[in-house]
Amino acid sequence: MTDGRIVPVAMPKWGLSMQLGKITAWVVGEGDEVSIGDDLADIETEKINGTLEAADAGTVRRIIARVGEDVPVSGTIALLAPADVTEAELDAAVEQARAVIDAGIPDEAGDAPELQTADVGGRKISYAGAGTDGEVILLVHGYGGDRNSWLFLTEPLAARYRVYALDLPGHGTSAKDVGDGSIGVLADAVTGVLDAVLISGGADRAHLVGHSMGGAVALAVAASAPGRVASLTLIAPSGFGPEINAGYLRGFADAQTRRELKPVVGQLFADESLVTRQVVDDLLAYKRLDGVDEALHTLLGLLLDGDAQATDSAAVLAAVKGAGEAGGALPVSVVWGAADRVIPADQAERVTGAARYVVDGAGHMPHMERPAQVQAAIEETIARVS
Amino acid sequence: MARNITYREAVNEALAQEMERDETVIVMGEDNAGGAGSPGEDDAWGGVLGVTKGLYHKFPGRVLDTPISESAFIGAAIGAATAGLRPVAELMFVDFMGVCFDQIYNQAAKFRYMFGGKAVTPVVIRTMYGAGLRAAAQHSQCLYPLFTHIPGLKVVTPATPYDAKGLMIQAIRDNDPVIFFEHKALYDLSGPVPEESYTLPFGEANVVREGGDVTIVTLGRMVHTSLEAAEQLAADGVQCEVIDLRTTSPLDEDTVLESVEGTGRLVVVDEAHPRCSIATDVSALAARKAFGSLRAPVEMVTAPHTPVPFSNALEDLYIPDAQRVVNAVKTVAGWTR
Repeated sequence: MTDGRIVPVAMPKWGLSMQLGKITAWVVGEGDEVSIGDDLADIETEKINGTLEAADAGTVRRIIARVGEDVPVSGTIALLAPADVTEAELDAAVEQARAVIDAGIPDEAGDAPELQTADVGGRKISYAGAGTDGEVILLVHGYGGDRNSWLFLTEPLAARYRVYALDLPGHGTSAKDVGDGSIGVLADAVTGVLDAVLISGGADRAHLVGHSMGGAVALAVAASAPGRVASLTLIAPSGFGPEINAGYLRGFADAQTRRELKPVVGQLFADESLVTRQVVDDLLAYKRLDGVDEALHTLLGLLLDGDAQATDSAAVLAAVKGAGEAGGALPVSVVWGAADRVIPADQAERVTGAARYVVDGAGHMPHMERPAQVQAAIEETIARVS
Repeated sequence: MARNITYREAVNEALAQEMERDETVIVMGEDNAGGAGSPGEDDAWGGVLGVTKGLYHKFPGRVLDTPISESAFIGAAIGAATAGLRPVAELMFVDFMGVCFDQIYNQAAKFRYMFGGKAVTPVVIRTMYGAGLRAAAQHSQCLYPLFTHIPGLKVVTPATPYDAKGLMIQAIRDNDPVIFFEHKALYDLSGPVPEESYTLPFGEANVVREGGDVTIVTLGRMVHTSLEAAEQLAADGVQCEVIDLRTTSPLDEDTVLESVEGTGRLVVVDEAHPRCSIATDVSALAARKAFGSLRAPVEMVTAPHTPVPFSNALEDLYIPDAQRVVNAVKTVAGWTR
């Protein structure tokens, strides 16, 4: 940009395969003041629809990308600038941005980060990284999810950290065999990837972020490998109370068709319009891979005892926190969507000693519905490490 | 991990993965290896358009070149299926079905029924179909309606590499005879396909584009023609819902009817001849079960009721194109009593 005071708003990159995004609606207009985390625009991609939140505060001086227009990833779609930036300066910046948008997808856009694999106990575990500097963050998805569950968070976090996300056994492109479906099998896979990313990142410890079942797994890793975990951010973690929407879990495992799956997946979100046809199709394609049906049904045994939760993460957390000085000092945060319909948000109160973040307007997937607030919680947790 | 491979490679990968998983799966057909028995010429062909290439050396003894005698080797495949193997027989061009039709429609299709469910016939008959390759009247037909007509056969017409792999794996694992139609003009089509094995259920249509104004029901190569038309129509403000049937037997009636109930307007796009066809079948379905929802007569876009012409100019006119689909959609969209 021509002037350091002009802050561009860029088309985000939501997932490795995203090359273009389309603005379906602008939430803000020229002249509006925005704060960090404010909704800026609704964006549609081949894979998913989402809302872009402001990463910077300021005054919207120019809206560049038109509604319905395809914009390449990282193309500038709007400009923030203080009032003393002149119209001529803004015009020059708009002209540059317009040229990028009109040029379409750049030739080198195909160079997506390589998917990596680790062999953990004979299982192939997939993971992908982003970011080149800073501390190491490892993201652990929940039941039926995969590393792409973090697509709205990966790029913003990668600006300051080395961010890795893995596919748990039975999920994504990792091996589909989950053995006896115990938490140990999942925790071992995470520890295996953790070791690999710590070595390649030259770090001793990583910050673990776990969602739902992945929260319980992250806790189990902290218990078994305490020296390698610097902080824990648990997003709607399982195991902090008996209540859970067992119908959701069984419905997800059992759904065989798009018709069956769509209403089930809708329960994950406060705003069900996020569940596009492509989201359901991608989940169905995953569920139809050999071995996935068995894996998901086996893992139900880890999560459910009748219609209640089977895991006891509260006890694991107590053990982690009670394990000497380091355990007591381990920063732990819990993030919960206020409108969670899978695990009720009041279980956040049972995460003893944790900093609590309750996210309004989000269901069981706050990292997809309100990513900026989840990002802030993760960064604050990391900052608490002494 | 999904990567882009062609329709041809997707079928080959499905065969390879199922042969790896299940040693009762065998492949047979004319030149499925090619040059077998001639020194230095093993696996020269992989079938006439190369779909089975590479399998001969990966699975010794399980890729059989057959004589040019469809009645013999299709019969052998069906017999082997009843005796415990899972043969995938390639009947080069569907146009040659005539010489082995008894084995298919009067034997394979009937065994499970006539033996009270005690016999299964897990055979897959792969066959190429469709016009566009300048192969004239005897090598270009779309004969899936003939097989769809026969109870006891399952009929599959994948339109994309992803569907080709998932439907082929399902076909091999299925215990009934499956006629698997591969459109010659789609073999080089590329698209994302997971490396892992997966199955797509039979009888589940795929809504490949959503829209509220007009329903287009189609299959095979015509899925792409219909999508091209839908794209043009969207620019004119007409939103089409495009449904790829994926399998004509079983037929996913629910997905068709739900869409027609929403739009009230139906165009069926089918490369086959117009009589006693998938187009007439789906039209009748809508007329019988969604009559109250229809706001215009059903339109069909098909080939004419003639053999496929040898003349290039006439063959191009013979195959339904996007403009004809656009015209049909505009007819139903603008229809008033």
